Amino acid sequence: MNLTLKIWRQKGANDKGRMVDYKVTDISEHMSFLEMMDVLNEQLINRGEEPVAFDHDCREGICGMCSMYINGEAHGPDRGVTTCQLHMRMFKDGDTITIEPWRAAAFPVIKDLVVDRTSFERIQQAGGYISVNTSGNTTDANSILIPKEDADKAMDAATCIGCGACVATCKNSSAMLFVGAKVSQYALLPQGQVEATERVKNMVAQMDLEGFGNCTNTGACEIECPKGISLENIARMNTEFLKASLKG
Amino acid sequence: MAILDSKVPKGPLKDKWTDYKDHIDLVNPANKRLIDVIVVGTGLAGGSASATLAELGYNVKAFAYQDSPRRAHSIAAQGGINAAKNYQGDGDSFYRLFYDTVKGGDYRSREANVYRLAQVSANIIDQCVAQGVPFARDYGGQLDNRSFGGVLVSRTFYAKGQTGQQLLLGAYSAMNRQIARGKIEMFNRHEMLDVVIVDGKARGIIARNLVTGEIERHSAHAVVIASGGYGNVYFLSTNAMGSNATAAWKIHKKGAFFANPCYTQIHPTCIPRSGDYQSKLTLMSESLRNDGRIWVPKNMDDVMAIREGRKKPTDLSEEERDYYLERRYPAFGNLVPRDVASRAAKERCDAGYGVNATGEAVYLDFKSAIERYGKEQAKLKGIENPSAAKITELGEAIVEAKYGNLFQMYEKIVDDNPYKTPMMIYPATHYTMGGIWVDYNLMTTIPGCYAIGEANFSDHGANRLGASALMQGLADGYFVLPYTIGDYLADDIRTGKISTDTKEFEEAENAVKDRIDFFINNKGEHSVDYYHKKLGKIMWEKCGMARNEQGLKEAMTEIKALREDFWKNVTVPGDANEMNPELEKAGRVADFLELGELFAKDALNRTESCGGHFREESVELDGPQKGEAKRDDENFAYVAAWEYKGEPADAVLHKEELEFNDIELKQRSYK
Repeated sequence: MNLTLKIWRQKGANDKGRMVDYKVTDISEHMSFLEMMDVLNEQLINRGEEPVAFDHDCREGICGMCSMYINGEAHGPDRGVTTCQLHMRMFKDGDTITIEPWRAAAFPVIKDLVVDRTSFERIQQAGGYISVNTSGNTTDANSILIPKEDADKAMDAATCIGCGACVATCKNSSAMLFVGAKVSQYALLPQGQVEATERVKNMVAQMDLEGFGNCTNTGACEIECPKGISLENIARMNTEFLKASLKG
Repeated sequence: MAILDSKVPKGPLKDKWTDYKDHIDLVNPANKRLIDVIVVGTGLAGGSASATLAELGYNVKAFAYQDSPRRAHSIAAQGGINAAKNYQGDGDSFYRLFYDTVKGGDYRSREANVYRLAQVSANIIDQCVAQGVPFARDYGGQLDNRSFGGVLVSRTFYAKGQTGQQLLLGAYSAMNRQIARGKIEMFNRHEMLDVVIVDGKARGIIARNLVTGEIERHSAHAVVIASGGYGNVYFLSTNAMGSNATAAWKIHKKGAFFANPCYTQIHPTCIPRSGDYQSKLTLMSESLRNDGRIWVPKNMDDVMAIREGRKKPTDLSEEERDYYLERRYPAFGNLVPRDVASRAAKERCDAGYGVNATGEAVYLDFKSAIERYGKEQAKLKGIENPSAAKITELGEAIVEAKYGNLFQMYEKIVDDNPYKTPMMIYPATHYTMGGIWVDYNLMTTIPGCYAIGEANFSDHGANRLGASALMQGLADGYFVLPYTIGDYLADDIRTGKISTDTKEFEEAENAVKDRIDFFINNKGEHSVDYYHKKLGKIMWEKCGMARNEQGLKEAMTEIKALREDFWKNVTVPGDANEMNPELEKAGRVADFLELGELFAKDALNRTESCGGHFREESVELDGPQKGEAKRDDENFAYVAAWEYKGEPADAVLHKEELEFNDIELKQRSYK
C-alpha cells in the first residue's frame, strides 16, 4: 500500500518543531508500524536527509520505549498493543497517517518523536520499592503465603511497562494510572505493608511536583493502556492515600 | 598456562564457595565509601549488581543506553527462572541443578562456577519475593513451578509469561532505592565507547551522552561489564534493536580475552520470519513446550495442501501428523533442550516438511493440552458429561491464564488465533553462551574489569537450558560479584579518587572522537543497516544452526571484505553533537563486523559438534545415537579464549582445559 505520513519534526528541545509530509510506497500489510518507519528512514538516508528519530528497543511490546501518538491515539488505532506491535494491516492503501510524540508538560520533546520520561523515574525513586537489602538471609520464599487472587492482582498491576501512554492520552496529562499501578502492586502484597503509608504519600507528592495533572475519571488511560492496567488501581491508590493522610 | 588462571578454589566442590567467602579480603564499611564502581548495563546482572554494591556502601555509577534501567532487554525474558528449591518434592537438589546445567551445556562449562550458581539459586527466589516480585502462586498461596527443557523436575518459578519483566522491575526497584539515597548515580541514555586502563588496571570508561552527543570521562576503581550478549551479529534475532556487543568488544580490544564466541543459542520456538523488511524476530517462550506439541505432516501431499491453502492443520488426523520430537526423543519428548529441538526442526524443514510458504515453519499445537485441562476443570467443577465445546472452553481458560500474553503477542503479529489453530514456529538466534572470559571471581583478563550475566562465558557451556539466563544474571549480580569484587577492591582503600585528567583518559577519548568524526564525515553510499543486514545473512547462512569448514572459511573472507567496504562506503547522516540514532548504530555494527569474523574463526577451530555449535563433519554415524551431534572430549574439552592481536583473523588462542571431577563426561542422550 501507499501512504502519506504527517510527522512531527523537531531538531532539538529548543526548536519550535513542525509537521512534515512524507510519502511511502509498497508497504506490506504484514509489516509492523516501526518497520514501516524503518522503510521511511532508509529512504531519507539514501536521499541524504536526516531520518526521523523515535524511541524503540525490544519491538515486542514489553520494554516500553516506543511511544508514538498515531492519528490522535497513543500507540495508534489497535487496542492492547504498543506502537511496535501495531501492524500495517490496521491501515489501508491511500491513508494519511499523523504521527506525533507524546504531548505532556512533564514529557518534554528531545528530538522528533523522542520525549524525556525521566519524571517517571523520579516518581519511582520516591518510593517505588520495598526496603530490603540483598543478603541471602531473607526468609524462605514460601514462608510468606499470599492468596492467589492477591498475587494475581498484584501481577496485573505490575505488568505496567512505564511507556507513558496513559499520560499522553489524558486530557489533564495525569500520571495516576502509572503511579496507581505501582502503589497497588505493593498494597496488595504483605511485603509492601510496612512502608505503605510513606510510599503512597511520597510517590503522589513527587507526581504532583513533576507537573502531571489530576485525574477527572475520564477513563481514556485505561482504554489506551497497552497492558490493560485497570482504573481499579487509581481507586486503590486513592484509598491508600486517604488512609495514609488520616494516619498523618 | 599461567596466563589463564581460573582461580577456582581448592577443596570439595560443595565447599568451595563457602570456604572462599570465609577467607577473602573484606573492605570495611567506612572504606567502601571511598571506592567507586562503574557498572555498564542495567539488566538483571547489571541492575542487581548496582543495587547490591550500593547497598554495601560503594559509590556506583550505572550506565544504560535506554532512557531507564527498567528497559534493558532482560525485561523481555518470558518463561521463568530456575532454582533448586525442591518445593515440588520431586527430587531436586543443588547437585541435580548443577548436573542438569553441565549436561545441558554439553560438558563445556566450568564445574565450580555452575555448582556455585546452583547453590545461590534458592537465595534468588527468597530475595525476589522479599522485594515484592509477584511470582505465580497456587491456591494454597505457595509458589507455583513449571518445567523447562532438558530436565526431569519442576524447578522453574514464573510470573505469567513476563518473568524477566518482573525480576528486572525488582532489581530496578532496588536500584531506585539507592538512586534516591545518592549511592547510585544513574546515567540513562549513555553508551560506553571505551574502557580506560591505567597502570594495567581498568580505571574508567569513555561514554557518549546520547542526548547531547557529549563525550564524557568517568573514572572508578573497578569497571563491571553487564551489557548482555552479541546475538544481533545475526541482524535478525530475538534481541532488542539496540542490544549490542560494543562494551564487551572494546574491553576485548584492550586485553580481555573473548571465550567461545561460536556458542550461540538458536531458540526453537520463535515466530517465523515473514519478509525482507523484518527488523527483529519474536520469541515464544519455551514454557509453551510444557503444553504444546510440535509436529509437521507425515505426508508430503498434506504439506503441499497446507502451503497452498487447500488444507488447514486442524484437518489432519492424529495418524497424519509426525510429532517428531516425541518420536525421536521418547524420554524428553517436546522438552528436549533447545539446541536439540532447533536442529530437529531444521532437519524436518530441510527435508521439505516446513508448513508455511517459505518452508521454514513447524507447528506448536495446544489442542491436547486444552482438552486435558478442560477435562480436569470439568471434574473439579463437578460438571458431568461435559460437551466437547464446554471442555474446550474450560481448557482454553487455563491455557490463557498460563500463557495469555504470549498468545496475544502471537495473534497480534501473525493475525491468527493460536487457541484454534496451531502456532507456527521456527528457530531464531536468541542468546549467546560465549562471551568475555572470566575467572571464578568473574574478573576478565584485565585486572579490575569484570563481566557478568550474558556478557561473560562461564556457566552455560555450549548450550543454555531454559530459565537459566535469569538465574545466572541475578546470581552474578546479587550474590557472587558483591563478594568477589571486595577481594580485589580491598587493595584500593588508600588509592583515593581516580583522576580523569590523565593521558590515558585523553588518549581513549581522542580515539573515540576520531571514530565518531570519521562516521559523520565519511558521506559514503550505504546506510548502516545495509551492512548489518549483509553481515546477518552471512552469519545465518554460514555460522547458523549447522556449520562446515568450507562455509566458515568463506564467512571469514566475506566478513573481512564487508568490513573493509563498510569503512570506505558507510554513510551516517546528522551531527555528532545531537541525538543521532544512526551514529549509535554505526559504532555497534562496526564492532559486530569484527566480532563476526572471530566467531567464524572460533567455529572453524572447533571441529567437534557440541551444544549449539553443530559441525556437519562431526555426527554420530551409527548406533542408537545415529545422526546426533558428536562431541570430541579428547581434543576439545577446553574453553577457547581468544586474545586480540589487531585483526580478528590474527587472534591468538589460549586454552582453559576443563576438569570434571564431580560429573562423568558422557554422551548427552535425551532419547
